[in-house]
Amino acid sequence: MNVETAKTNKPRKNAFVMFIHKMGSPPWFYNFTGKFIPWFWAIFIVLTVWGLYLGLVKAPADYLQGESFRILYIHVPAAWMSLLIYISMAIMAFIALVWRIRIVEILAMTSAPIGAAFTIVTLAAGSLWGRPTWGTYWVWDARLTSELVLLFIYLGIIGLYNAIDEPRKAARAACLLALVGAVNLPIIHYSVKWWNTLHQGSSISLMGGSSIDTSMLWPLLIMAVATKFYYGANLLTRARVKLLEQDIRKAWVREVLKEKNG
Amino acid sequence: MTPTRKRRLIAVLLILAGVGVASTIAFYSLQENLLYFQSPSELAQQPIPPGRQFRLGGLVKPGSVERQGQSLTTHFVVTDGPEEVTVEYVGTLPDLFREGQGVIARGALDDSGRFAATEVLAKHDENYMPPEVADALEESGHLMTEGKGGG
Repeated sequence: MNVETAKTNKPRKNAFVMFIHKMGSPPWFYNFTGKFIPWFWAIFIVLTVWGLYLGLVKAPADYLQGESFRILYIHVPAAWMSLLIYISMAIMAFIALVWRIRIVEILAMTSAPIGAAFTIVTLAAGSLWGRPTWGTYWVWDARLTSELVLLFIYLGIIGLYNAIDEPRKAARAACLLALVGAVNLPIIHYSVKWWNTLHQGSSISLMGGSSIDTSMLWPLLIMAVATKFYYGANLLTRARVKLLEQDIRKAWVREVLKEKNG
Repeated sequence: MTPTRKRRLIAVLLILAGVGVASTIAFYSLQENLLYFQSPSELAQQPIPPGRQFRLGGLVKPGSVERQGQSLTTHFVVTDGPEEVTVEYVGTLPDLFREGQGVIARGALDDSGRFAATEVLAKHDENYMPPEVADALEESGHLMTEGKGGG
């Protein structure tokens, strides 16, 4: 609301800047995202069922690993998400630290548990794949160790955020930790290039060819898109709940609750 | 941008730069220790004394695998092209252990220069394909020779 009044003395802002300003207002954010969440969940479920069907039933078995290679359809999308969510969280943490926008703080902080969950899935699925393929559940090579460190960083951020009572101060401290922890990202990504690791190199790269057969690639790409919608849906759901929690005494929340309870 | 925001921006960027420099230094000093395994060529350049534990990685040289009768003892040669090392291992090998595929063996050299392994792991490469494709590649002679399991 105060955006509207402050605007009168200043030159007109373009539609995009206006949209960003509007998204910074809790009631607007709450109502706007509420419209998308069901769609995100629906797209996630449809894509996941389709991707898993193609991956687990339709795709041919690998020439060497046989059926166990199908764990890749869980492991690889989860591993991508564990990094991508961290990137997204670090960017939001940066914005939150410099511009102190409360909704961005909340979005950065609610990203952490989702990222941690994907990291756990990555480690667990990778470990189950490692046993038949490599002959061991776990080795301390650079890739596996740096991914485990990523989990600890996520847990550290969640812990720090919850250890401080005042939510805005807590978010600022944890955002700083999230930014510092970002040094781990290039280490995870390039670990298989920089060092000799038991973990193989990337099968898929944005530039140049992929060393995975096309018939096996499609289900993987579908799963990769599905997990992004999961992140979107889960993140916005969590952020809305957090907003309601923090603004429990504000008028807009009372209105929302009144509407809900009829 | 307001002065306060500019100040915060500079502070955050300074912290990031500091962390970046610190981790780069740590990274360079750790580089040697983070090698999970040594290739036969690295071993030839920097010999490791017999009895010291390390990991040896490379491809299993085709035709070099010898199993000794009823016992679990296996001999094979690990190669990375220019150099090779003979490995002796007692125990069950992982399913993916094949001639021409990558392996990582943990153990130590004995006095005769043979590597006595206590653990053998199969290293998988980044290639995924259905059996028909693999057969076709093998027929045209593209498979195996391209394997880069050592690195």
